[in-house]
Amino acid sequence: MSDVIDRPILAEEEAARSRLRIIDCDVHPSIHAHSDLDQFLPKRWQQHLRTYGSHLRTPYIGTTPYPRSSPLIARRDAWPPTGGPPGSDLDFMRKQHLDPLDVEYGILQVLDLFIFSQQNLEFGAAIQRAINDWQLAFWSDRDPRLKASILAGQDDTQFAIAEIERCAKIGRYVQINVCPRANEPLGRRRYWPIYARAQELGLPLGIHVGGYGGHAPTGGGWPSYYVEEHQSNAHTMAAQLTSLVLEGVPERFPDLKIVFIEGGFGWIPSATWRMDRHFEAFRSEVPHLKRRPSEYVKEHFWFTTQPIDEPDEAKHLRSLIEWVGADRLLFSSDYPHWDFDDPRFAFKTPLSETERRKIFNGNARALYKL
Amino acid sequence: MARHIVARTSDIPPGGNKVFGVEGRDIVVFHVNGEFFALLNRCPHEGAPLEKAACVARLTSPEPGVYQRSRVGELLRCPWHGWEFDMRNGQSYFDPKRVKVRSYPVAIENGEALQKGPYVAETFPVLVEDSYVIIET
Repeated sequence: MSDVIDRPILAEEEAARSRLRIIDCDVHPSIHAHSDLDQFLPKRWQQHLRTYGSHLRTPYIGTTPYPRSSPLIARRDAWPPTGGPPGSDLDFMRKQHLDPLDVEYGILQVLDLFIFSQQNLEFGAAIQRAINDWQLAFWSDRDPRLKASILAGQDDTQFAIAEIERCAKIGRYVQINVCPRANEPLGRRRYWPIYARAQELGLPLGIHVGGYGGHAPTGGGWPSYYVEEHQSNAHTMAAQLTSLVLEGVPERFPDLKIVFIEGGFGWIPSATWRMDRHFEAFRSEVPHLKRRPSEYVKEHFWFTTQPIDEPDEAKHLRSLIEWVGADRLLFSSDYPHWDFDDPRFAFKTPLSETERRKIFNGNARALYKL
Repeated sequence: MARHIVARTSDIPPGGNKVFGVEGRDIVVFHVNGEFFALLNRCPHEGAPLEKAACVARLTSPEPGVYQRSRVGELLRCPWHGWEFDMRNGQSYFDPKRVKVRSYPVAIENGEALQKGPYVAETFPVLVEDSYVIIET
């Protein structure tokens, strides 16, 4: 049986990819086995992990609150031939993803151990710290294309700041990731010390969808189906964008850059139109805002493209890209997950050469200083 | 129409598939319930390799909570986004007018007939007791 990684590349694919190298802003590496973290995790927390496992609001250990569309939400062709979960084998990731798609850089986004859902904040901090070290040792050190993010759960701000300082000294991380479903909306002042530090360090703040911090994924409660939950990622992102803007984070931290990851981008125009309209009526309630909400969005926020919106008519995707702005979008594949976007085929509307350069490479290169 | 002898029937186990390079294209042949189906090995959506697809049943539901399975193993579920296609003709179920996988006629002929006819398999030893899978493109 011929394997996907060895299948011949068609001539048109070859031509398309030779034009532009890809910066993929959402690549998921997985931990092959929990014991891989032992070297980075104090004995006390190794024992905790073995004895109590990972906190999660599910009936069975190792499950998720909703049955997923495919095991480990992965592409069926992404299971490494050497065993282990999808995303856990660097050589296979190179052969299947980084090399054939000519990925110049991949920004790592770790989701293992429901990293931002831990309610034992001390355990959560220990896991985050271990995974931050593991990202370098197992990935970035072995392949310089792969760039790590500092995972820093914000609900214990002190732990988060300490971890940010520790990793910033190492100097090899390109982003600070916080949780999109923390205990309070992201705009709240309790989280501002993290934003202040991110601004000083010049590191973008990354917010990747997911996690179960205890809030229902929708404003209306817990959904019944995975398809409903998946849809709710966009609501979560819209709520957090609103909170950050209206509570004044970009106003207070004018140099802070914020990246919304894996939330798609179809919801952005209506969210910003609505905020602008309401701002006109209610600006006296938020006198700390000096400008229209959409202006903050246009200057301080970036959005990764996956899962890409696929309206029935290509011209609507075209309009969407123009409304959001090609300078706000960062290509992401979400490899190796089931809703992976292939950079060659994901955009069902033609992009100009300038747009392609920005979305697939230039925006991310400037933002992450690559 | 060109005919390509690609395999012995016994080369593709029931429920399995095999990919063949035919005229520069990768064509995947599935063996389901004694029948063989040939399709282009690319999902028309984003190009995923269909050889890695799940072979599932047609699932219909006359009302919420009632599910019926039919044509077990004949529906392909793309390994990436889960789009479903009919193995028999490549047709999609969610958007049959616009989305389709290229499919090819498949014939099975026994070795004796092949030996006598013009289509002698050069790359396979022809054994008269075997049957052969032939793709028409």
